[in-house]
Amino acid sequence: MQVELRNPTRTVEFDGPIAVTALLARLSLNRESVLVIRDGTLVPGDAMLADDDQVEIRSVISGGVDSRYPSSGSTP
Amino acid sequence: MKCRVCREPAIIDIRRHNANFCVDHFLRLCRDQVAKAIDKHDMLGPGDRVLVAVSGGKDSLALWDILVELGYEVDGLYLGLGIGEYSASSEGYTRRFAEERGLHLEVVDLPDDYGFNIPDGARAARRVPCSACGMSKRHLFDEAARRGGYDAVATGHNLDDEAAVLFGNVLRWQDEYLGRQRPVLPAGDGFPKKVKPLVRLGEREMAAYCVLREIDYVVEECPMAAGNKHLGYKEALNAIEEQSPGAKEAFYSGFLSRAVDRFAPTDEQLADGSSDTLGVCVRCGAPSGGEVCAFCRLLERAGGSHPERTFGSGVEGTRVAVTLSPTRASIVDAKPLSNGVT
Repeated sequence: MQVELRNPTRTVEFDGPIAVTALLARLSLNRESVLVIRDGTLVPGDAMLADDDQVEIRSVISGGVDSRYPSSGSTP
Repeated sequence: MKCRVCREPAIIDIRRHNANFCVDHFLRLCRDQVAKAIDKHDMLGPGDRVLVAVSGGKDSLALWDILVELGYEVDGLYLGLGIGEYSASSEGYTRRFAEERGLHLEVVDLPDDYGFNIPDGARAARRVPCSACGMSKRHLFDEAARRGGYDAVATGHNLDDEAAVLFGNVLRWQDEYLGRQRPVLPAGDGFPKKVKPLVRLGEREMAAYCVLREIDYVVEECPMAAGNKHLGYKEALNAIEEQSPGAKEAFYSGFLSRAVDRFAPTDEQLADGSSDTLGVCVRCGAPSGGEVCAFCRLLERAGGSHPERTFGSGVEGTRVAVTLSPTRASIVDAKPLSNGVT
């Protein structure tokens, strides 16, 4: 199957069938940090992915919060 | 996996709740958790006009969608940061979201309206980009809320954001910041009320909400944020969460229920005026601890200038990008939770 990853965008090939949790483990990805999307639909950890599936693993972590957030006052 | 509520096939597992959900019950869970946060922390009242700070990312667009679903009157404000293709892409997602739903979006663009961008401004002011960006956002969102007469500014900070900020502030025992890290900051001293209705939802849930609601958002990370401390804190907390589901929520909710009050300003600090006595910036009229506010100082160092308009006079925004009739979506069924998640 073709597995698309983001940040940076890249594609890797895997043989199916393989469980979502096993795929994430093979890629050393934390389950808390990603969503797995098969053919446009979310799939949970126990789903089996087949050879002909199109899979996207999407990182859900976004950053850039100012360390001083929250501030209701002006910065001196 | 089966949905905890209806036993139909699940599409997402949420380990901290030890539960799986189908599409309908997951979307319901998200709305219920936002409604519960608003109610518990007294964030918004019926009929409040809300300005949501939108970035084109998953959290702020999902927040806008949920607040509209819950029946609030919500407009959006997008701040163009001038970060190359990333800003152009983010603005595009935000505009499409507003246009497709007939929502009112105001756009303020730093390069076009103020003559500087975040990368150059940060360099000129010798700030890290996230600091210059955060300060600019606070200033301009506050100003837009005052100008537009909104009751509150809502931001898309989720449970992961709050836990990561808390983690960073605890690591360095930033007493002052800890004392202010609440889901609601009341209005005062010329600042609008600020609320964070997503504090009961993690960012994995917000991304899932967007996928299921077919909300297109900018998935790419801001290039300025790469490698920053906040992302490192999130990764560290997720490593803990993987071994101990629920750790992030326990960390943050425990702080709110048992610790934040210990960091509130003391009577002595309040009396000496260091905490809450503010004047007005002589250049822009915003509340300020000094003669010139931090944003105006950044503006000066970056070689920018204020757009020509009168502050505090209730004039229209600097650049109204989308002006469509605001709509109120139907209020969702507000029955108590039946999914076992408290």
